[in-house]
Amino acid sequence: MAEERAAPPAPDIRTVGVDGMLVSFGSRLSEPANRAALAFRAALAARSWDGVEEVSTSLVSAYVRFDLRHLDHAGLRARLEGLLAQRDWYAATLPGQRRLWRIPAVFGTELAPQLPQAAAAAGMSEAEAVASLSAARVRVQTIGFAPGQPYLGELPEAWDIPRQSQLTTRIPEGALAVAIRQLVLFSVATPTGWMHAGQTAVRLFRPDAEEPFLLRLGDEVQFNAITPEELQGLRRDPLGGARAEDLS
Amino acid sequence: MSGSLTILRAGPGMTVQDLGRPGWLEYGVSRGGAADRLALAEGAALLGQGAELAAVEMAGLGGEFQAGSDLRIALTGAPMRASIDGTAAAWNASHLLPAGARLTIGAARSGSYGYLHVGGGFQTPVHLGARSAHLAAGIGAALAQGDVLETGADGGQGSGLGLTPENRFEGGTVRVVASLQTALFPQAELERFEGTAFRRGARGNRMGVPMESDGEGFRPDGARTVVSEVIVPGDIQVTGDGTPYVLLSECQTTGGYPRIGTVLPCDLPLLAQAAAGAELRFRFIPLEEAVELERAEAERRAGLRSQCFPLIRDPRSMSNLLSYQLISGAIAGEEDVL
Repeated sequence: MAEERAAPPAPDIRTVGVDGMLVSFGSRLSEPANRAALAFRAALAARSWDGVEEVSTSLVSAYVRFDLRHLDHAGLRARLEGLLAQRDWYAATLPGQRRLWRIPAVFGTELAPQLPQAAAAAGMSEAEAVASLSAARVRVQTIGFAPGQPYLGELPEAWDIPRQSQLTTRIPEGALAVAIRQLVLFSVATPTGWMHAGQTAVRLFRPDAEEPFLLRLGDEVQFNAITPEELQGLRRDPLGGARAEDLS
Repeated sequence: MSGSLTILRAGPGMTVQDLGRPGWLEYGVSRGGAADRLALAEGAALLGQGAELAAVEMAGLGGEFQAGSDLRIALTGAPMRASIDGTAAAWNASHLLPAGARLTIGAARSGSYGYLHVGGGFQTPVHLGARSAHLAAGIGAALAQGDVLETGADGGQGSGLGLTPENRFEGGTVRVVASLQTALFPQAELERFEGTAFRRGARGNRMGVPMESDGEGFRPDGARTVVSEVIVPGDIQVTGDGTPYVLLSECQTTGGYPRIGTVLPCDLPLLAQAAAGAELRFRFIPLEEAVELERAEAERRAGLRSQCFPLIRDPRSMSNLLSYQLISGAIAGEEDVL
């Protein structure tokens, strides 16, 4: 990490549509850029400037949507630049109230049929792939695309494998898929180019629950291997057997 | 006093919509809300209430409804044939729907999304701060026969007002600003994009609509491996085969396809309302001009109430027209009228 921090790219402010601005901390995913984006988003949320309607993050950027009747681009840009100058955002610590989640997953079998393909792409046997994926402690780097859906990283370098050019027509809810040194845990059934290597029984978004979203930015996750029979037994548990441990 | 409306028959894709749920982007939930937000403002003006109240959005096809209590209603968005107990009811207007009366709404004559508003708004359950169904996110459900929708206390009064809608139901030109990734496209591609007459594809829905054209697909410069970035409604995403796809209120929150530009929020109703096959063109304008247009539109929407006029019965909709004495009081033109 230290050498990655040595020469961070300068943050870059761009407009998004007519009423948004994006502060990007890198043009590709890196650990410092992701930490900077999360910390900057948290700082924006804490300040709650008049006219700011919504803040959010992607992997490497913080996003602000604002009300054009109360703020203008020049004014907001000046404020963002002022906030950027206040500290070294690349050196930021992770958000507070983080948890470590242990989520049971079936690797391979007909429930996750692309494990062999993913293992081959990573240059591993299936057993090595399962050992590697279930040993990795990955972090929620962003939540997006669909409700509560985390992008988890960073996996060991062997997992820097491309997404498939041919989309899988339908990957089910709870699927654990791998590509580009990340895991995505799917919150909805959807077409995808990520490779389906594991299957969980976890429900990431429950609109009627008191806490509708299971995971928060910065949470860590580890997937422990179980059998298809064990997964069947977890289907009735809304958490799918997931257990959290406080990290803060 | 609150009331209710029962759905006797519902077209597919009929949902309750309001202005959506801001604040959940970072949990992967897009704002959602009415596909045509202007229609919500128009309905609110006709009923003299706030635009944040929930209405029923009808995707191309209406349905049949029965009032459980005296209700004030308004009809906006894509014009549809409507009648109350068999008597034609004007679109872009407010009406009284007495307890027990049946409201029948047919297919859209142009455009895509029609709206049924009630005094006090529909009071379906609130999820994450809004009543909008967000089917892509699994929030709420499409309305169906037998559903009874509670309505809120109606603080307003009066009906029989009309409003001339901004014509946005036949396609046309939408204005676009350069956004995050516009610079990934060569200038020649941007010019070709502006010069192309597109057709709204048939596969469109509340998440987005494809833009079809006869020419080649649009290509960004170089490799397309851009890091996944924030998506906003109005973004024009160019998919792998080069087809532009305009994202609407129920879009995903992040995406890796490059985006050629962003449609102005004030022009999104025209885009969302364009029916399959309607011709659409895109024109880039400077950000400063877009900001002025947005501010002016926000002001115009806030003042819509003053644009409402008392409804005069349309003679074409009067089945008993010939029973009226229409020519009494006519003069020869030679009388000394002073």
